[in-house]
Amino acid sequence: MSTYKVPTMAEMAAKGENPEVLFWVGCAGSFDDRYKAVTQAFVKILNKVGVSFAVLGPEETCTGDPARRAGNEFLFQMQAVPNIQVLNGYGVKKVVTACPHCFNTIKNEYPALGGNYEVIHHSQFLQQLINEGKVVLQGGGEFKGKKITFHDSCYLGRANNVYEAPREVIKALDVELVEMKRCRTKGLCCGAGGAQMFKEPEPGKKDINVERTEEALATGAQAIAVGCPFCLTMMADGVKNKERENDVKVYDLAEMIAKDMGI
Amino acid sequence: MSFLPQVAFLIILAVAAFILTKRVRFLKRNILLGKEETRNDQPEVRWKTMLLVAFGQQKMFKRFIPAFLHLLIYVGFVVINLEVLEFILDGILGTHRLFAPILGSVYTAAINIFEFLAVAVLFSCVIFLIRRNITKVPRFTKPEMKGWPALDANLILVIEIILMMAILTMNATDQILAARGDEHYIALGTLFFSSLLQPLFEGMSDGALVFTERFTWWFHIAGILAFAVYVTYSKHLHIFLAFPNTWYSNLKPKGEMPNMPEVTNEVNMMLGIPTDAPADPPAEIGRFGTKDINDLSWVNILNAYSCTECGRCTSECPANLTGKKLSPRKIMMDVRDRAEEVGKSIDSGGPGLEDGKSLLGDYISKEELNACTSCNACVEACPVNIDPLSIILQMRRYVAMEESGTPAQWNAMFQNMETSFSPWKFSPQDRFNWADSVKEEEIPD
Repeated sequence: MSTYKVPTMAEMAAKGENPEVLFWVGCAGSFDDRYKAVTQAFVKILNKVGVSFAVLGPEETCTGDPARRAGNEFLFQMQAVPNIQVLNGYGVKKVVTACPHCFNTIKNEYPALGGNYEVIHHSQFLQQLINEGKVVLQGGGEFKGKKITFHDSCYLGRANNVYEAPREVIKALDVELVEMKRCRTKGLCCGAGGAQMFKEPEPGKKDINVERTEEALATGAQAIAVGCPFCLTMMADGVKNKERENDVKVYDLAEMIAKDMGI
Repeated sequence: MSFLPQVAFLIILAVAAFILTKRVRFLKRNILLGKEETRNDQPEVRWKTMLLVAFGQQKMFKRFIPAFLHLLIYVGFVVINLEVLEFILDGILGTHRLFAPILGSVYTAAINIFEFLAVAVLFSCVIFLIRRNITKVPRFTKPEMKGWPALDANLILVIEIILMMAILTMNATDQILAARGDEHYIALGTLFFSSLLQPLFEGMSDGALVFTERFTWWFHIAGILAFAVYVTYSKHLHIFLAFPNTWYSNLKPKGEMPNMPEVTNEVNMMLGIPTDAPADPPAEIGRFGTKDINDLSWVNILNAYSCTECGRCTSECPANLTGKKLSPRKIMMDVRDRAEEVGKSIDSGGPGLEDGKSLLGDYISKEELNACTSCNACVEACPVNIDPLSIILQMRRYVAMEESGTPAQWNAMFQNMETSFSPWKFSPQDRFNWADSVKEEEIPD
């Protein structure tokens, strides 16, 4: 029996190797206690399937997304330019990330600063692995037959038109996918985008995540699936606010797949 | 035969053309108060977008009932205006129903279609008035709709109803006169909808009928010309501007924020990276971000003038839905109102942009800007591809980089990013710690 491997680009380069894909972990995936579990689940899947991958490890920094959305273009570029230097230095061609904000920034905004890569979100990567038969799901795991709803992340959905990949991944689990009233192009934000994650909301009648959670709960779903660290936090907080954390769980797609694979 | 009516008609036409030309120049100049931006790439995609979104009303149909009623008015507007061509020729030449003898039964069929559309427009406008004033659809009663915007919307609907009634009355009286054998009037066979109105007028004398027919004829054509002028002062401009506005749509992924090359040069210098920037700095260093309309792109201002205040953006905005001050529709209305203010000031020899006011502060508050989640729901919702988010994010850049006026919690986030390269205060050395436990776990078979 062998243990899971998490190679860094630096280690790979020292051995003269170049992985097929770089897994961009992101700040939430690195530091947020809840989202670290998602990072770990995704890395386990990559190991199990035998994908040639590496991470930047300590060399990674924030993509700069929240700074740019909060208006601080200078700080954004102070993060982005060195990141691009590191990525280009390693000759990275393909990037996969479990964060739609990192995904959007690296895919759409790094090219203007000289960073050109094929960037995919982990939902798309998982869908490819399932379609290629590399991830074989048991279909009889703890999710079988359960009602699950998917919350569209704005930066995956409207921002980049990725609506079906996460749904295909969920459907592969042999579950009943139920849609919220507002879904796909009409999906309601969790409330964290545009750097809102890092400040209190402006004065209003209600918190956005509570509004969205009510909508998710109204579907009667036993679990809420997300594909974004900020959405995960916001929806989990919303479920707690509604005192439903005992019967409704919030999962990332990678966690659901890993659970089904028994890893 | 008197030439008096023809002379009067030509004068009306000339006055309308003069005012319209002046108004179009005013609007064009206001739009060009914005910064230059070239959006001519992918022309085939642009034509297709315009055809689908503006001409084909694709995005309207996300909400079927208003879309259907709006389609009736739209088709009515386009088709009935074909008749205006005949009106104008008749007016200039002193003829009556110039095309009737030429087209024969086709003419009668065409007038029947116009009448059907006139009734359809009338019906839709009445429903729209009910939606605005009686059932009070929430998006029409938001705070930014108080006063002139609400009046403007109702005026447009009422004017359209009156214009349609004029057409139907004109046809009804015209055909009674023809039936009575007045040689000036041509019997067209059955005109279905206006014939239903004929009992109202049958008791009238020939003289009274001729007066009513002529009055409604003049009223309709003068009304249309006056309405065309009114439109340039109104949110109703969308009937023309929707076309260029969709042609100049943002074709990039919605999530992409445009780069600021002037910042890249500075960042490269700080990081010691050789740049291919020109050695001479540009003569005029503009502001970072947007404080006033001249910092925006001209496309943003075109967006503002294309907005018909339908409020679909605001009704999908998560901030607005949860009671925050932000309303994307208000952002667009503010940009337009500020452009109008500056334009009028320039034309009257006033200070223009230097009037001590600005878009930020006097029109749009930081509270509104800070409430945005950049979720693109407003952009997705707009039936004519207006982009309120672009304006919000440009204004945030001004607040952050020129005023250092961002909320304290964002400043703390900036500080974390500067010192530990993460929006949270964690040590960069701990970034890879998540892997420690995984690396010790064994892979099950």
